[in-house]
Amino acid sequence: MSVTTSSSLPSEALTAGQLPKHTAIAMLVVAVAITAGVLALFGAAGPASVIVVGALLFLVAMFALSGAVEGIRKAKDRMARYVVTGFFIIALFPLVSLIWQTIAKGLERMDAQFFSYSMRNVIGEGGGAVHAIWGTLIVTGIAGLISVPIGLFTAIYLVEYSGRGRLAAAIRFFVDVMTGIPSIVAGLFAYTLFSFVFGPGTNSGFAGAIALSVLMIPTVVRSVEEMLRLVPNELREASYALGVPKWRTIAKVVLPTALAGIVTGVVLSVARVIGETAPLLVTAGITSSLNVNPFADPMATLPVFVYYQYITPGVPQDPFYARAWAGALTLILIVMGLNAIGRLIAWKFAPKTGR
Amino acid sequence: MSKRIELKDLNIFYGKFHAVKSVNMTIEPRAVTAFIGSSGCGKSTVLRSINRMHEVIDGAYVEGQVLLDGVDLYDKAVDPVRVRRHIGMVFQRPNPFPTMSIRENILAGVRLNNTKISRSEADELVEQSLRGANLWNEVKDRLDRPGSGLSGGQQQRLCIARAIAVSPDVLLMDEPCSALDPISTLAIEDLIKELKETYTVVIVTHNMQQAARVSDSTAFFNLKAHGQPGELIEYGPTEKIFHNPDQKATEDYITGRFG
Amino acid sequence: MSTTDAEATTSQPNDTTDDLTSLRHSRRRFGDKVFKGISSGSGTLILVILAAVATFLVGLSIPALTADAEDLQYGEFWSYALPFAFGTVWAATLAMVFAVPVAIGIALFISHYAPRRLAQGLGYIIDLLAAVPSVVFGLWGINTLAPMMRPLYVWLADNFGELPVLGWFFTGPVSGTGRTILTAALVLAVMVLPIITAISREVFLQTPRLHEEASLALGATRWEMIRQAVLPFGTPGIVSACMLGLGRALGETMAIAMVLSPAAVIHFELLTSSNPNTIAGNIALAFPEAFGLGINQLIATGLVLFIITLAVNMTARWVLSRRKEFSGAN
Repeated sequence: MSVTTSSSLPSEALTAGQLPKHTAIAMLVVAVAITAGVLALFGAAGPASVIVVGALLFLVAMFALSGAVEGIRKAKDRMARYVVTGFFIIALFPLVSLIWQTIAKGLERMDAQFFSYSMRNVIGEGGGAVHAIWGTLIVTGIAGLISVPIGLFTAIYLVEYSGRGRLAAAIRFFVDVMTGIPSIVAGLFAYTLFSFVFGPGTNSGFAGAIALSVLMIPTVVRSVEEMLRLVPNELREASYALGVPKWRTIAKVVLPTALAGIVTGVVLSVARVIGETAPLLVTAGITSSLNVNPFADPMATLPVFVYYQYITPGVPQDPFYARAWAGALTLILIVMGLNAIGRLIAWKFAPKTGR
Repeated sequence: MSKRIELKDLNIFYGKFHAVKSVNMTIEPRAVTAFIGSSGCGKSTVLRSINRMHEVIDGAYVEGQVLLDGVDLYDKAVDPVRVRRHIGMVFQRPNPFPTMSIRENILAGVRLNNTKISRSEADELVEQSLRGANLWNEVKDRLDRPGSGLSGGQQQRLCIARAIAVSPDVLLMDEPCSALDPISTLAIEDLIKELKETYTVVIVTHNMQQAARVSDSTAFFNLKAHGQPGELIEYGPTEKIFHNPDQKATEDYITGRFG
Repeated sequence: MSTTDAEATTSQPNDTTDDLTSLRHSRRRFGDKVFKGISSGSGTLILVILAAVATFLVGLSIPALTADAEDLQYGEFWSYALPFAFGTVWAATLAMVFAVPVAIGIALFISHYAPRRLAQGLGYIIDLLAAVPSVVFGLWGINTLAPMMRPLYVWLADNFGELPVLGWFFTGPVSGTGRTILTAALVLAVMVLPIITAISREVFLQTPRLHEEASLALGATRWEMIRQAVLPFGTPGIVSACMLGLGRALGETMAIAMVLSPAAVIHFELLTSSNPNTIAGNIALAFPEAFGLGINQLIATGLVLFIITLAVNMTARWVLSRRKEFSGAN
């Protein structure tokens, strides 16, 4: 562990066993610059290759330098830090790239027409997704109306009534099973259910809502259950001690205390299913006109609209692609908006127990 | 208002576990009765069985009788929910309802039971209860603020006010000062002495000085051995229990030669 | 807590017990009964729904398994389903190969490397990935990722395509669009990343502080502390997180249906334009044109998928529940 080895860099006139604070950043700049230069000589300098090769060069150089100056243990520690940080940056790439792409390509058709026209009689340019937006709102709304009461009361049963009963154990187990149902399988279930009742080939918004409910119920149960368990038992006891019956205690003390968390959980689970595509593909189907009756005829929804606009474009293709991206941007805005609302509620109305 | 409580051959169980063995005692009205004893000896359990709070725990049950002015609270015809309206309770840690204001906390017992009450009656009840808990002067200007914004001692007095707002006959207190600082404790102790004018007060405490300060009678509970049910060892006037107990175990506990 | 109700169900007003019992009594109990009934009814309804899901899937799968091969739209069932089952497992496995190390790295970054004040915000950023609808991932996969990866694929095929063993994976000719199973797996990896990260992060944060400090006090570097204290403690949690991510990857439909240019093949080639489709992807693509027994066949493949994901998820829950027993937490 000598301090005076490795003469290639100016930064080694230092106290023993310590690299100066900004060595890593300097090294990163140097490594990327060298890589860019060398790759340019071979005519292979793309931004991706410079970053990848530069990062590898940086890791190797830092390991060597740190190993020489600070010792092998410290060098390993540095490697772990850089790799872990690098992974985080790698994960940012798809997120940034995806959002950037969607905004860049989606803005073109984010116009009044997109939000006021359906695809009825549209074969090329123009048209809009108003039918699909309505469809998404209707289908998700019905799914919410089905899932929230079932999920809420099931969670109440699990937390407030069941104790360690056998029914509760069964419900917990099967809610877990339900969480793992692939979305396409939920769609197939709703499709077969409705084929069975109304005859084969039936598409309707309601079938889509049933499919989404199958996906949404377990998430509602889980989040509400978690929130109810956070309500201190002392509050229930305080209420019982005032001579309040159990059901009023639940309705007037437990639920209001957990309300913010419950609302957040519900909003987040709506956000989760509102972007579901596969189950709606096989249940609600697609149509080019506005259909607000969930009980008859196919109903377009935003994700399915995006899918078909992109997968089965007409000629010319560009207006279809533009509509697909605009639909995708709308969808992302809705989902992120819901997520933001959910977190805002959780943050703003966090229980003020004052302890 | 104030009523006499008699425990007759009371045995208390958590599922298979026999927690307390055959307690017999009479708790006098217009007096403060203190339950003392080491941790896990069943004193809180006995207290919770008096207003049937014991049985909200899964698998817990009671054998024997608890009589409130001669009426058996464990009679088949008795509704535990109504028992709790007659026998109020204050808990170890102050537990105001976090979603309610000070005013709403006081009215909780009335409102949660859906009893109709006029605005003026409600105002009167709030003031009366808060005065009864020596809290009125401190909070009268902020009745609509959350109860959780008060100090620990104020919160505990708020909980006492909440309990007396449903005009019970008996007030049970489960270590009401154990989470409070000495000054708040003093305020609560003063309050307890006033409360006994109107209510039968039963208090569980770990603090023997407190029992000596506030109570008229004292009951000492103990375990024979770990895993055995708790028992009532000795019960009598506080003066006697603290200065001239009949039982060796009581004397050991009082003088600190124990647990 | 139910004993409260059980003990006083059959109660009549009793004159001798003055106002402790009263007529209001029975009405109150009625409210309790209704509320409890609705709650346990909802729970039971969930069991009924799941039973219905299972019944319909199994019931409608049977015709596809019992009918003669020549009557079936897609021919004999198992030879039809096998390539898709293979594709499902293969794509999900590839996705996990990419996602697991990155996800664990990110989870460590957030729990043990990032500044405390930033950690939660960074967590939200990764969670944002979970909020992106799968159809948008599909669009991004075709439009951005596939063309971007293609030069790398060409380079991989040129350099490794002829080698033994590696040649199985990297042989050419490289797909002209880049829409290969490797691209699809990368999209899947991005999609399961937030799931694995979120759970691992929680587990890492639960590492007993004493273990960490004990390790640091012995002079360990941060990385040594992580290897001594954090990773051993978190291993079952990581395993379980990965299983849940795997379950998601197996069932993911749209990213595959949109990104992959599919074929009914079984091979390990990563870069060509003939890629094994997945069960979910195939259902999405084939369902609109399916008729008669063909629909039953697709439903039967859905059942196969359900069983695969169920097995994976159950394993994950089992591992996680064992961890709870051992750690003694909660």
